[in-house]
Amino acid sequence: MSSLDVTARIQARVGADAAQPELNRADPTLVVPAGSIRSLCQWLKDDTEMAFDHLMCLSGVDWLDRIEVVYHLFSHQHRHRIVLKVRLSREHPSIDSVSDIWGAANWHEREAYDLFGIRFQGHPDLRRILLPDDWEGHPLRKDYVFPTEYHGVACDSSVSGPSPRVCDMGAEQTRN
Amino acid sequence: MEQTQVTELEGQRIGESIFLTTTDAFFRWAQASSIWPLAFGLACCAIEMMSTAASKFDLDRFGAGVFRGSPRQADLMIVAGTVTHKMGERVQRLYEQMPDPKYVIAMGSCATGGGPYFKYGYHVMKGVDQIVPVDVYVPGCPPRPEQLMEGIMKLQEKIRQKPSRTTHASSNPSITHVVS
Repeated sequence: MSSLDVTARIQARVGADAAQPELNRADPTLVVPAGSIRSLCQWLKDDTEMAFDHLMCLSGVDWLDRIEVVYHLFSHQHRHRIVLKVRLSREHPSIDSVSDIWGAANWHEREAYDLFGIRFQGHPDLRRILLPDDWEGHPLRKDYVFPTEYHGVACDSSVSGPSPRVCDMGAEQTRN
Repeated sequence: MEQTQVTELEGQRIGESIFLTTTDAFFRWAQASSIWPLAFGLACCAIEMMSTAASKFDLDRFGAGVFRGSPRQADLMIVAGTVTHKMGERVQRLYEQMPDPKYVIAMGSCATGGGPYFKYGYHVMKGVDQIVPVDVYVPGCPPRPEQLMEGIMKLQEKIRQKPSRTTHASSNPSITHVVS
């Protein structure tokens, strides 16, 4: 099945108005409604003509007026691929998890949550994956405010040289 | 009786089989000649560090090629790579687990001052000297094995010049920079 057929079949399933193709992309790309993502993904994986058994990547994008989640799918059997995009509100980005459909989504969704603050409903273990658990904010948001310090160590680039903590440590060693 | 000056050990050789020196000088010589580094790396600098230890550059020639898997057995921590805030706490714990006397080499731009992450790296510590006292800074991105070896030789010099056994080189305010 060619990529064009895949696009047409998805449009036939969710409605031509709902699934908007994006033109001039490297891979065929469709913008689909956020509410339909779970049932659509389940069908894309289970349908024998689709057979998208591989979630290559799940990423987030901050477009300032919206948050996008991008799914790159690939079928090993048919060797075809498709890109799905959903648009979420910037204030409360929330979408159903697909981690039970593709195991690969588990950590990808945790990463998107960590860096963009996107909530994946139904994820079995939605916590930060890269940053420390007590980190504040989601750094890949365009309006992210840089922290000034973390656990007493300066994050600011205006700081250079040893912190007071290290100087204390040096003094302790002299006494030994 | 014939007497010979042995500069490396600051001692005197008397005749065939007698050698006189101070314990300070003897321990300093032993320490400088057997620096055991802690085997851990954080980024691409670690690849250069591994190359330094491997046969082509052979760090063993300086007595510093015995990389230890446990901080309890290590004298030297080579911070080879980017220190993030999350990793920084682990680095500090490893340093604290090492027995005295202990030394730190900040290898490469990241460990020295944040490197390419200096301005926009919200997650990168602007130098490992924010959390542990650094003895020698080796610049480079990453430094070549020769530069790391020079850093280790600088550290050996520093250990040999230590004032006495009761104070550590780490507490010496003088910081050594390797010029590349």
